Amino acid sequence: MNIAFFLYSVIGVLSIISFFTDREKTKRAAKKAWNMFSKLLPELMAILLFVGLSLSILTPEFISSFIGDQSGALGVVVSTVIGSVALLPSFVVFPLGETLVQNGAGLPQVSALMAALVAVGFASLPMEIKLFGRRFAYMRNGSAVLMSVLFAMIVWVIF
Amino acid sequence: MAILKRFRALIGLLLVLGFIYLFNQETAQDAVFLTWDSLVDMMALLPPILMLVGLMDQWIDKEMLMKYMGDDSKFTGIFITLLLGGLAAGPLYIAFPIAIMLLKKGSNIRYVVFFFGVWTIAKLPIVLYEIASFGWGYTIVHVGFGLVFFYIMGIIFERIFDKDELIKQDIT
Repeated sequence: MNIAFFLYSVIGVLSIISFFTDREKTKRAAKKAWNMFSKLLPELMAILLFVGLSLSILTPEFISSFIGDQSGALGVVVSTVIGSVALLPSFVVFPLGETLVQNGAGLPQVSALMAALVAVGFASLPMEIKLFGRRFAYMRNGSAVLMSVLFAMIVWVIF
Repeated sequence: MAILKRFRALIGLLLVLGFIYLFNQETAQDAVFLTWDSLVDMMALLPPILMLVGLMDQWIDKEMLMKYMGDDSKFTGIFITLLLGGLAAGPLYIAFPIAIMLLKKGSNIRYVVFFFGVWTIAKLPIVLYEIASFGWGYTIVHVGFGLVFFYIMGIIFERIFDKDELIKQDIT
């Protein structure tokens, strides 16, 4: 909650300064902020529920059973798919990865999983499509999938 | 019907939750609690960030932003993007309103794509977690490769997409 406290205080102070400098601008800013919030809300609720479902289903044991040390290229594919579809808070991702490796999952497979978890957003895809269009959203997420696979290959070679 | 369409993803997921409940009540209950947790996390981040986006929208001059993140900005664009994305907190969907604001103010598409890349792999707080779990070497390879990759993607996207047509829905 420290980040929350920091954000609310800093932006609260900025808003107050802004309000005393120019009331109209600040009112317009607050109105825009509220508009954005209410327009994003349906997709947002879906994303939050999706995070809850991902976290409850994807326990370390569940994932380890798919991507063991011997799972090879297929394991990289499976972990990229799981990582793309699921959405976990980013501060959970790396400790989860560490647990997975300790439970016997391969490092390249876990790397693909973690890279896809943070960079590919299947759950936020509807929101991204709504804002930037189908073509952009698919291409950006596609490039993130490619990045995850390439990264797993790099890890495979180096480590 | 319009309301139903807006909430179709949520309705679908609620059905999935109900389905899970039929087979495994404990997992379903976990999912509800975890959803509540992520709702709390979201409320910690999104409202202030949206207010910040609103303030930036009102106070930042279009000419100024174009100078630093527009078509001829070169290194300042990269630098500001690294700063914006690196100091960020929270999931990618929080970056979307910021990106819309940047695009509206005349930022180059290259920096917006790069910004998403930085946001996903080089957020400072998350990088610290990565170092703690996997060590310096691994983290440097991940972040270094990711940054180069998404910068190149930014250059490619800049050629493919038309800046004036990219924003499909101006949510501000």
